[in-house]
Amino acid sequence: MHPAPSIILFTTLSGLGFGMLAFLGIDATPPMGLSALAFLVIAFSLAGGGLLASTFHLGHPERALKAFTQWRSSWLSREAWVSLLALSAMAAHGVGLVFLEQAWRVLGIVGAVLSLATVFATSMIYLQMRTVPRWNHWSPPVLFLGFALAGGALTTGRVSVALWALPLLAIVQAFAWIDQERRERSTGTDLATATGLGHVGRVRAFEAPHTGESYLTREMVFQIGRKHAMVLKVISALLFAVVPVVLLLLPFTHFLVVPAVASHLLGALIQRLLFFAEARHVVSQYYGRWDMTGMRGG
Amino acid sequence: MTSLPSHTDRSLGLVIDLDTCVGCHACVTACKGWNTENYGAPLADVDAYGPNPVGSFLNRIHSYEVQPETGPAQVVHFPKSCLHCADAPCVTVCPTGASYKRTEDGIVLVNESDCIGCGLCAWACPYGAREMDPEEQVMKKCTLCVDRIYNENLPEEDRQPACVRTCPAGARHFGDLSDPESDVSRLVAERGGIELMPEQGTAPVNRYLPPRPKDELPELDVLAPFLDPVAEDAKGFVGWLDRTLSRLT
Repeated sequence: MHPAPSIILFTTLSGLGFGMLAFLGIDATPPMGLSALAFLVIAFSLAGGGLLASTFHLGHPERALKAFTQWRSSWLSREAWVSLLALSAMAAHGVGLVFLEQAWRVLGIVGAVLSLATVFATSMIYLQMRTVPRWNHWSPPVLFLGFALAGGALTTGRVSVALWALPLLAIVQAFAWIDQERRERSTGTDLATATGLGHVGRVRAFEAPHTGESYLTREMVFQIGRKHAMVLKVISALLFAVVPVVLLLLPFTHFLVVPAVASHLLGALIQRLLFFAEARHVVSQYYGRWDMTGMRGG
Repeated sequence: MTSLPSHTDRSLGLVIDLDTCVGCHACVTACKGWNTENYGAPLADVDAYGPNPVGSFLNRIHSYEVQPETGPAQVVHFPKSCLHCADAPCVTVCPTGASYKRTEDGIVLVNESDCIGCGLCAWACPYGAREMDPEEQVMKKCTLCVDRIYNENLPEEDRQPACVRTCPAGARHFGDLSDPESDVSRLVAERGGIELMPEQGTAPVNRYLPPRPKDELPELDVLAPFLDPVAEDAKGFVGWLDRTLSRLT
């Protein structure tokens, strides 16, 4: 799949932002006043900025409000609603923290649950794609929520939580990378089922319908960026988990949280790049490019 | 409304004969022509005369080589457009309700004024039947020429999809596949029409008729194998040449 920068930024930044909001919501002794304001500004910039980035890949962003209409059937529409509710609840909670120095527990918990529900809805957009076996798998919700929670713990200064959440996330991610390969191999879709010609003999793509590129080949038969997948996976895990944990284990100063968060965010962006670039869409079968789009060890 | 209807009164669709299709791309041209001049945003081309032309098409022709166990390989031309699936995954993912499946005839359509161009429906389709228009930035797909098939301003023989009307080989057929007595349903039954990617669970309406088995070259004379070869050894000049060259090697 084409790894559009707007979608990579959106899913990574908004995931981190909603993870932060979740921790700020459930906090029994939350920061108050200006300190709360600082946390909330960062969290809202990430979550809201990510949502804004997501509209950049729309053909008609001016019609974006129509995306609120189909919540009964569409995960994208559900995501729009839940994100709006989460941001509203946490904004109200934030007013209490910043201006009234009041922590409304119930509102905070509701906001936290809605924040995580937003991340879940985002992940379900990918899970529902039967056409992309790597996504049609348990891993998108687990990983999207895992990154939101571990990143949220790190950015809100929950060092004790981050210290076990980050290594756990790295282990789950490593297992997911392996299991996604297995899922992709067991699709049952090949050129024989795609053309229905398997009973005649071995099918091979002879001529494509067009000599140049098309929307389909650009968007779904993406072939660049997998060459160094293995190296990128190692770098990603080092950056999102190992480096932040090492920095947190050093004698703790507030100063080290900034590089730890920066490292985590960079690692998470690489992880999300691979999430798209490695995913193969079954339509590439028709172009005889399923195997060519496969991951090669880098 | 992007929930799928539980039942459609009819299931209009295409039956494409892979035995007859000659791969001339006339249906592609007819489709692009009709759907650029009529309903909806025109099907744009970008950089049409430059080094990297791209454009939106609702119908594209692949060609495949099929190698049987024995005998020569066959080339099969393979037109592909929207299959108007009963369980269309492109419809349910749409966040705005722009994509829908009609209850009266089962045609899957896009209401272009509601489309935000998010591209999720194209991701959800296993067949590559939806393409974002590069100029209008809305999703384009086969409408089964909904503006032809019910159009009483057209002569009756033209009230079928442009691709079907134009096919010079008669490889494309249009009709109601939910009616077992329709011409298309009988064709599917007779020729063993197939669904594409049944494992994707989309329940496509369109069917493909597989190529008929190729004839084997018949034995022309049953006695021929029992006859002695006419010339066992070459004679004359050729025979001398053969013997001489054989001695040299």
